[in-house]
Amino acid sequence: MDAPLLRVRNLSVTYPSDDGDFKAVRNVSFSLRRERLGIVGESGSGKSTTGRAIMGLARPPARVAADELLLGDIDLRSQTERQLRRLRGKRMAMVLQDPKYSLDPVMSVGQQIAETHRTHLNSSRAEAKLAALEMLNAVHIRDPERVYAMYPHQVSGGMGQRIMIAMMLIAGPELLIADEPTSALDVTVQSQVLSIMDELVRERGMGLILISHNLHLVSSFCDRVLVMYAGQIVEICDAGRLADAQHPYTRGLLAALPELGRRREELPQLQRDPAWMDDIVTPLETTSGKGGA
Amino acid sequence: MSIELERVTVTYGKGAKRFDAARNVTLSVAEGEAFGLVGESGSGKSTVLRAVAGLIPHAQGRVMLAGTEMGRKRSTAQRKMVQMVFQDPYGSLHPNQTVDQTLSMPIAIHKLGDADRRVSAALEEVGMGPTHRFRYPHQLSGGQRQRIAIARALILEPRILLLDEPTSALDVSVQAEILNLLSRLRRELGLTMLMVSHDLAVIAHLCDRIAVMNRGEIVETTTADALAAGDVQNPSTQQLLRSNKGFDPSGGDLDLLDAVPIRG
Repeated sequence: MDAPLLRVRNLSVTYPSDDGDFKAVRNVSFSLRRERLGIVGESGSGKSTTGRAIMGLARPPARVAADELLLGDIDLRSQTERQLRRLRGKRMAMVLQDPKYSLDPVMSVGQQIAETHRTHLNSSRAEAKLAALEMLNAVHIRDPERVYAMYPHQVSGGMGQRIMIAMMLIAGPELLIADEPTSALDVTVQSQVLSIMDELVRERGMGLILISHNLHLVSSFCDRVLVMYAGQIVEICDAGRLADAQHPYTRGLLAALPELGRRREELPQLQRDPAWMDDIVTPLETTSGKGGA
Repeated sequence: MSIELERVTVTYGKGAKRFDAARNVTLSVAEGEAFGLVGESGSGKSTVLRAVAGLIPHAQGRVMLAGTEMGRKRSTAQRKMVQMVFQDPYGSLHPNQTVDQTLSMPIAIHKLGDADRRVSAALEEVGMGPTHRFRYPHQLSGGQRQRIAIARALILEPRILLLDEPTSALDVSVQAEILNLLSRLRRELGLTMLMVSHDLAVIAHLCDRIAVMNRGEIVETTTADALAAGDVQNPSTQQLLRSNKGFDPSGGDLDLLDAVPIRG
C-alpha cells in the first residue's frame, strides 16, 4: 500500500473560554491515502474544525495541538504562516459550502482561477489564462471562454461550485478538503458536482476529505467514513457498511432519519449517553479493516 | 379546514419582464390532511405556500379556504386561521425579544386576551416548559427555536399550518423531534398541513399526498407510497427521487446544471 498523503495523530483544537478551555476537537487520529474519506457528524461535532485545523486555518484564540500532522513529508505543525500560505492551494486545498460567499464578487471568475495559477506556479498572464480555461473545461463547463469573463453573481450555485473546484485544483494539490460542498445546492445538482470532483480527484491521484452532515450522501460517495461526536471520532467504517455501524450514536442517527418506504408513526429520537463524551484514547480501526485503496 | 387552489398564478414584473413564479396551480387538501410540495429551488413551491397564507397576492385563479374564496384583503379572522412556520428559526425569531414577547405579540394583534394562559399552553403544546419563557432566541438551541416558531404559529389556534422547509436547517436528531411533534399536533389538533421540502423522505414521512413542482407548475401529483415504490411518471420526479438517494454515480444530466436559474 502506498504511503499516506496525510497523517493525523492526536489532533486537538482548544478554545479558551471564561469557564475553562473548550476542546472542540480531541483525540483525532486518522490517515488518508488516495481515497475518498467522509467525515460526518452533527453541528458542533468538530468536523469542520478538524478540516480547518489541517489547513492551518484555525486561528487564535484557538490552539491546535497534535502528536503528528504530516502532509506527505511536511510537518504542518512547524510551518510558519508564510509557508502555510504557499502550501494552501499548491499542496492542499479546500472547497467550502456556498460559492456565493467564497468567490470574490468583484473579480471575474476566470481571473480568480488564473490568479491561483499565477500565485503558485509563477506563470505569465497568458499561461494562467490558458490553464484556467482548460480547468473550466475539466469541470464540464461548456463554454469556458464565456464563463471566464462572468462574475460570481451571474453564475448558478452548481456552476459556482464547479468554478470553486476548478480554482482549488488548478495548482495540482494532492489533498482536497471539501466542507459541505453541495449543501447549498439543489439536490438534483449535488450528484453532478460530486461526480466532477470525484473524476478529477481520481485522475490526479489525490486524496479527498468530504465533510458533511448528510449520512446518505457520504455513505454513497466515499470509501471510508469517520463519525464524529463531541469533538472525537467515535467510529470509522467502510462507507458501504454504514448500516452495520456499531456505535450507538451512529445507529441512533441512522434510525432517526425518515426513510422512503418505511413509514413509522414515531421516529426514534436519539438518546444521548454521557459516556459518549469520555475520552477515546486508543485510535480506532476501520470496522472491516480493509480501508480505502 | 380544507384548502383549494384553482389555477392559481403568481406573477412578478410586467410586460417582457413578466415572470410567473407559479402557473396554473390547482390542488385540493382535505380538512385534517397533510399535503406535501416538493421541487428544486425556484420551482415555485414556497410561492404557492405564500399565496395560501395571503403573504403575496395571486394574479389569477382562486384560493379557497374552507370553501370561502380569499379576496385581495383578508379579514383578521381569516388570517388567524392560517399560520406559517419558516425554514430558519435563527432568522424567523426576533433576536431582541424574549420567547414571551414573541408569543404574546400575535395575541395582542388579534386582541384575544388571556395572554398569560395562552402563552404557557402553547409552550406546553410544543414540549417546552416555563423555564424557557423569558429567554432570548440566542439562549435556545436550533430545535428549541423551531419549537418556539411552531408555538407562535399555534398560539392563534389556526386550522391550517403552512410549513416551509421546517426541518432543513436542523440536525438529523433534532429533525426527528420536530417531525414527531408535527405529527402529534396534526393528530391531536386535527390541523390541515401544507408542507414544502426538498427532502422526499421528510415529506413522505408526514404527508400522504405529494405534488411535484417544476418551473412554477405542478408536474405530477403522487402519493408517499408511489414515491417509495419508485412508481412515478414525470422525469423531474424521477430525477428528484434519484438525487434523494444520495450520490448518484451516473451523474445524471449535466445539461441540467447549466440550466439552473441564477440563485439570489
